[in-house]
Amino acid sequence: MSVALHVPRMADAPASLAKLAKATPRAGIETAFDVARKHLIEVLTALRDKHEYQQLMEIAGVDFPDRAERFEVVYCLLSLTKNHRVRVHVATDEATPVPSVTGLWPVAGWLEREVYDMYGVTFAGNPDLRRILTDYGFEGHPQRKDFPLTGHIELRYSEAEKRVVYEPVSLPQDFRTFDFLMPWEGPEYVLPGDEKAVGEAPGAPSPAPAASAPPPVKAEPKKKAARKPRAKKS
Amino acid sequence: MTDAGTKERSRKRTVEVSVGEPLGHPRDPGDDKISNYTINFGPQHPAAHGVLRLIMELDGEIVERLDPHIGLLHRGTEKLIEYKTYAQALPYFDRLDYVSPMCMEHSFVLAVEKLMGLEVPLRAQYIRVLMAEMTRISNHMLQLGSHIMDVGAMTPNLWLFEVREDTMQFYERASGARMHANYFRVGGVRYDLPPKLLADIGDWLDNRLHLFEDAISLVADNRIFKQRNVDIAKMTREDSIAWGFSGPMIRAAGIPWDIRRSQPYEVYDRMEFDIPVGTNNDCYDRFMVRVEEVRQSAKIMRQCLDQMPAGPVATDDRKVFPPSRMEMKQSMEAMIHHFKLYTEGYHVPAGEVYVATESPKGEFGVYLVADGTNKPYRCKIRPTGFSHLQAMDFMMRGHMLADTTAILSALDIVFGEVDR
Repeated sequence: MSVALHVPRMADAPASLAKLAKATPRAGIETAFDVARKHLIEVLTALRDKHEYQQLMEIAGVDFPDRAERFEVVYCLLSLTKNHRVRVHVATDEATPVPSVTGLWPVAGWLEREVYDMYGVTFAGNPDLRRILTDYGFEGHPQRKDFPLTGHIELRYSEAEKRVVYEPVSLPQDFRTFDFLMPWEGPEYVLPGDEKAVGEAPGAPSPAPAASAPPPVKAEPKKKAARKPRAKKS
Repeated sequence: MTDAGTKERSRKRTVEVSVGEPLGHPRDPGDDKISNYTINFGPQHPAAHGVLRLIMELDGEIVERLDPHIGLLHRGTEKLIEYKTYAQALPYFDRLDYVSPMCMEHSFVLAVEKLMGLEVPLRAQYIRVLMAEMTRISNHMLQLGSHIMDVGAMTPNLWLFEVREDTMQFYERASGARMHANYFRVGGVRYDLPPKLLADIGDWLDNRLHLFEDAISLVADNRIFKQRNVDIAKMTREDSIAWGFSGPMIRAAGIPWDIRRSQPYEVYDRMEFDIPVGTNNDCYDRFMVRVEEVRQSAKIMRQCLDQMPAGPVATDDRKVFPPSRMEMKQSMEAMIHHFKLYTEGYHVPAGEVYVATESPKGEFGVYLVADGTNKPYRCKIRPTGFSHLQAMDFMMRGHMLADTTAILSALDIVFGEVDR
């Protein structure tokens, strides 16, 4: 794959990163590490103090519902002195808290609140783990892949009651999503009709033509007759 | 008011007259127990720069604690993007920081191009830099003007809005829309800039920016303006780093960190410009850093106009960028490409990138997870104002209530971006 040259160009990854303990390098076009939850604070402290990644720019959550530990929490660090960025990935599930890094960077407070709000990932040690972006009294975690795009609750101003009322979402038609993917290129899912093929032995011989096959189409002469005048016209 | 009404009120005003202090309780000038006073600032307040609700705990006029409640403009942009193709996701970025739309698009297109390994023609890179710097000027016109107005001066804001109006007209001439441009596309920019527009931008740089200089000359050395801003919300360098500051906020702390210089993208490495830094890291420094940035942006725009080469403005990879309409009328293949691009879109190879650019407010980043399909699996937007606003409680403690507007203005908050 070619490399785009006009994207932000930073310094090469410092060699000292190879010695980063308890972190597994992650494949990809950027420097990133997988870290176990219990080593997170240790690794991030080392990155901040020994490897000069002074700034925590972002904490992002990602949801992979198929995995055993479905959530990934991504810490994006920036080194002002070495001019380099690094990401640290941690996996967790709904129940297990991730250690909070508010002790290392105060900016983590709101960033963790946002991940909690959007995904329901809890952070052990965050002193103020409230919802941040959603409405007062909101239920659920909207960025999870199993949360519907339309949400569950909608609100409107009610002229009768002279106030804003909350109601369950009602859709005039079912929510439809199209992926426009070519079936042979796209993700693996069961196309309508495919389920009939399940259970067939792999590599089974193709069925012989049925004895009572429908007779060949007899409309051919008609079609030809219909085409001829057109050809004459042109 | 009628006579009866007056009588009614005077009758109501009768107060019980104290008959003397009880013994053992000498008159005390204050209350025995002082309780803090909690007030609500916003969500509908002209100085809140959008919908921000601040719960402020006051001791007299001193702010003891401050709890910003954000999310009143949360529209679920990141969730919506997961259900849209890459091309359909782009217009959402205009609506993040609606004060500087093209800089928002910039991070996203760069992130997608980085994942695809897509090269962009040189002219498109120049146009992007030109428009991004124009956006910076446009953003700072609004920010500086409203900062001045929040601390009490009216006139400069009106002058600065004239300059901003010019930039919006250039936006319209370039993209067809005054604000939500949708102009930067993956693979280039949507339209070429006509020569007349480039000439007019050059003319504007020479002849219109004096409005900005005039407006700033009214406040930069103004005694009242300095009283309201100097030594307000000072922070140390270490705190600025720990709170995740970027852009003008970290430069005001004396750290010459600018992504355009440190991690150059597009043709910024060919540009000559200075990075202004502050010395005192107060609201006045943050203001003056932005003032100087406007001049530097004008300098960059001038260089872009001088150096801009001729050539295509978008990649000729027809699997990514649609063909021109003229081509479509003549070529069947172009027609097919157009159809595929506007239904299925293009596929982005699986991978994950974090790409940040220097938006007028600071580091605006996009963390993009692609799974090989035509839609982003996850698109996390790193808003600049989010970190800055979080530090407001830290900066605000011990300041007077009236300093709130100055501090908030100096942060340069736009809620389209903070709440997403």
